[in-house]
Amino acid sequence: MAYVLRRLLEMVPVLLIVVAATFFLAHAVPGGPFDKDRPLPAEVKARLEKYYGLDQPLQIQLGNYVANLTQGDLGPSIKYPGWSVREVIGSRIGVSGSLGLVALLVAVLIGVPVGVLAASRPNSWLDRVPMGFTLVGICVPSFVLGPILALVFALGLGWLPPCGWGSLEHFILPAATLGLITAAPLARLTRGSLMEVRSLDYVRTARAKGVPALRVWFVHALRNALLPVVTYLGPAAAGLVSGSFVVESLFDVPGMGRLFVTAIINRDVTLILGTTIVYAAALLFLNLAADLANAALNPKVARNP
Amino acid sequence: MMDAAAESLAVESLAGESGWQRFRRDRAAVWSGGFLVAVAAACFLSPWIAPYSYMEQDLAQSAMAPSSAHWLGTDLLGRDVLSRLLQGGMISLFVGLIATAVALVVGICYGVLAAEIGGRTEDALMRFVDIVSTLPLTLIVILATVVFGQNMPMIFLAVGGVSWLTMARIIRNQTRELKASQFVQAAESLGQSRWGIFCRHYLPNLAGTIAVCATLTVPGVMLLEAFVSFLGLGVKAPMTSWGLMIKEGADIMEECPWLLISPSVVFALTLLSLNFLGDGLRDAFDPRSSRR
Repeated sequence: MAYVLRRLLEMVPVLLIVVAATFFLAHAVPGGPFDKDRPLPAEVKARLEKYYGLDQPLQIQLGNYVANLTQGDLGPSIKYPGWSVREVIGSRIGVSGSLGLVALLVAVLIGVPVGVLAASRPNSWLDRVPMGFTLVGICVPSFVLGPILALVFALGLGWLPPCGWGSLEHFILPAATLGLITAAPLARLTRGSLMEVRSLDYVRTARAKGVPALRVWFVHALRNALLPVVTYLGPAAAGLVSGSFVVESLFDVPGMGRLFVTAIINRDVTLILGTTIVYAAALLFLNLAADLANAALNPKVARNP
Repeated sequence: MMDAAAESLAVESLAGESGWQRFRRDRAAVWSGGFLVAVAAACFLSPWIAPYSYMEQDLAQSAMAPSSAHWLGTDLLGRDVLSRLLQGGMISLFVGLIATAVALVVGICYGVLAAEIGGRTEDALMRFVDIVSTLPLTLIVILATVVFGQNMPMIFLAVGGVSWLTMARIIRNQTRELKASQFVQAAESLGQSRWGIFCRHYLPNLAGTIAVCATLTVPGVMLLEAFVSFLGLGVKAPMTSWGLMIKEGADIMEECPWLLISPSVVFALTLLSLNFLGDGLRDAFDPRSSRR
């Protein structure tokens, strides 16, 4: 419990640094949000900047921003007038969250069994064929796999809609793209770690004692072999985040990833800040969750974090 | 004394002749190396060997499927895809190499310094690396390229600036071991300066690790550049890179699938080869590698 508290407290300065770094970067972006093809009259621009607090010195803006942030206020959106950043993000986060969760589920449900299967018969075709695929999966980035899946299943076979959002069918291609990309390293990790664990003494002892093979495999070996896999889920979530930028743009999904990319293109400073902070917080929490799961599985870590 | 002699012998035999022999037996790694040399040569010689200029437009020949005149077809503006593929590859490989070099320099300095200082400072430095690597770094790269302009040097710096973390961690672990080893302690007791120890003992012994790390960093870096370019926030027209070509191909894949397929295939094959090569080098030269 003290460990959890310490980790949570550690997050505060980290998030503050992220906020400050993003704040200065976002404000240094050349071209302001009110620079349009048709220049605004100087007075209008001045009033707009006053409304958004953009006329004050940067450090004061940062102070105000952090003060509001502690109350969960991410400021007004500049490109979505009348909406607060919190509302804009709130309307998108469910989409990205569910997409990411399903993708992670797909990745675990495909990656771990494939890795176990491969490790159960090393160097047979059961090992070589799937591992060959995972190697391809590691080298084919989401922005290559996505278009190829769309080309085959949407445009070629016509089974699924090529883009859009709303029904279950729209879910399949983006989730499959993200899930398969993440499944490949998971499968390799599971296999490698199982191969290492199965040659350890305690597994041999269990066998020698006459424990049934399946029990040795799933209870003794797999539980320990899954430790690095669980730890990897944190970085995997980071991969899903950057994957979501691509996948949401490709399949026209109204989620956070596309929101961030549009915010950058629009120079929407408050929205850039808001999305970055939400992403950073989400990733820090996911890493913590992965570490806690690891500690729960591995008493050695729990005692000596 | 016996120990030291045996240790130096072991180090020699691992880093010397037999490492290369082991590497040569790894057929996948050797073929990958050959493929990479061929691709790199073709890309970097593209100004002289490309059949057309990468920016030469011929609207009468736009969106042509592959033919004998244009081996990989033409794009919407009638530009030769093969020539653009070579030019884009030059940019992608260039970014990969330079950004890796940036990451190498930062990673080595950071890792060696951390191990040299030791104590609480070392712990704090490494904790910093742990924390930074959990952050959404792709977001920062995107922001940085937008802020500092989408020009090449900035892309190198931004991509390299977030890729040194793993390197620093590995180098620090290795340096710690070296620092505790007998030949470094002997050099210390003979009064050699820290800088001298760094040049004479650390660098040569880290060389294998550095080479492996570098080879495995290049694909990650190229992926990051392609990713940023794919979102339209990296390399800008008229220049091109593989990531940008994949994006352009994906936009009109229905009508002209060849615009998507050729850059995707070359890009994926290059990354695959880099991974094979890196794994092969690691197995051959890294004394701690388990697969041998």
